[in-house]
Amino acid sequence: MNVLSFVNAFFSDAAHWHGYDGIPHRLLEHVQYTLAALAVAAAVGLPVGLITGHTGRGGNALAFIATAARALPSFGLLVLMFVIIGLGLLPVMIPLVVLAVPPILVTTYEAMRSVDPSPVDAARGMGMAESRILFQVELPVALPLILSGLRSAAIQIVSTATIAAYVSLGGLGRYIVDGLYQRNYEKVVGGATLVAVLALVTLTLFWAVNRIAVSPGVRRSA
Amino acid sequence: MNGFFDIPSDLQNSYPGLIGLHLRESLLPVLVGLLAALPIAQLCVRFRWLYPPVLGVTTVLYAIPSLALFVVLIDYTGQSEITVMIPLAVYSLVVLVPAIVDGVRSVPQETLAAATAMGFGPVRRYVQVQLPIAVPAILAGLRVACVSSISLASVGALIGNQGALGNLLADAMFYHRPVLAVNSVVTTAALAIVVDAVLVLVRVLLTPWMPRSTRRTPKAAPAAALEDAVR
Repeated sequence: MNVLSFVNAFFSDAAHWHGYDGIPHRLLEHVQYTLAALAVAAAVGLPVGLITGHTGRGGNALAFIATAARALPSFGLLVLMFVIIGLGLLPVMIPLVVLAVPPILVTTYEAMRSVDPSPVDAARGMGMAESRILFQVELPVALPLILSGLRSAAIQIVSTATIAAYVSLGGLGRYIVDGLYQRNYEKVVGGATLVAVLALVTLTLFWAVNRIAVSPGVRRSA
Repeated sequence: MNGFFDIPSDLQNSYPGLIGLHLRESLLPVLVGLLAALPIAQLCVRFRWLYPPVLGVTTVLYAIPSLALFVVLIDYTGQSEITVMIPLAVYSLVVLVPAIVDGVRSVPQETLAAATAMGFGPVRRYVQVQLPIAVPAILAGLRVACVSSISLASVGALIGNQGALGNLLADAMFYHRPVLAVNSVVTTAALAIVVDAVLVLVRVLLTPWMPRSTRRTPKAAPAAALEDAVR
């Protein structure tokens, strides 16, 4: 009940709805960080995952890299980058990308490996080029799993981008960190609620993309 | 690496002390999560209709950021270790339930029938047949849960210095000693890797019937589904 009243107080305060520290601005910042980090992570993880999955080589190396990257604490990495590089977007982007690459990489690889080999063989027998096999046969079948990897990466980024505020950047974490220092509980809970809602919206978004992008034939068999 | 192991006195812990604190703060919740996940997963296996809603609830729980959970809990548990440990236990639970369900479900029907024919009761069948066969899947889940728990515990530094090794990060900023941040990151990562390796060893010891050379379990699908469940 207590938390709910805080949430209510935070969102009904008109002062929180406009200006530099307003909810729309902070939300936009948060979404920007998330999209940028996800784009970079996907640009790294997807091609590598697709190619290693297609050829079936380097799976062990991939698993090793993913484990090592997952072992790195993102909060620690953030502060370390901040201490070394200083203020800026780069020290925030590095830990977020490091965080997001392993799930994308590993699920893409696993998705490509778990594609039924017989249609692939059939395509090869029909004389399809390797690149066409990759994009027109394997990719559509592997898409649901690949999307789930992107989804988990996106949600991790959304929730972790809150710590960017700790090294004086913006985003929704601003409310949480500022609120903690100011002992303004309303602000803290409001910020936490916003992040949770954004994470759930991301979840829904990926569900929708899944409905649209995945071929019905693949969905039925899954 | 000058002063690498010189921990500021405001943390009131030595270097090994911080490691111990960190391990307790991150692994105890995983244990609690496992103890809670076993009966929940068992219910999901027994009553199939229960699994989709449970999976939905846990996915939503997992989508809530740790910092948000920490902060909301402060109201009830104060700026204490418990505040950090409760969300970590919840996350472990979320990772472990699908792992255990998939593991237990992957037991072939013939194996179960054979056990029943040998006169195994339901309890004995569960403990002696289903659980051991599910061990690889459960341990795969435990590995993910432990590593992420160790990494997330550092965030506790934000709520009243309850982050064990993560507290070094705050001090690195206050005292302008980057080496403390390096220490925190390296030690936390090393801890995660060591715990992960121990769990792999446990799996090898617990499943002597599995071939050592093939790293992947024969049924790789649960592992993939698991990655799917991870945030």
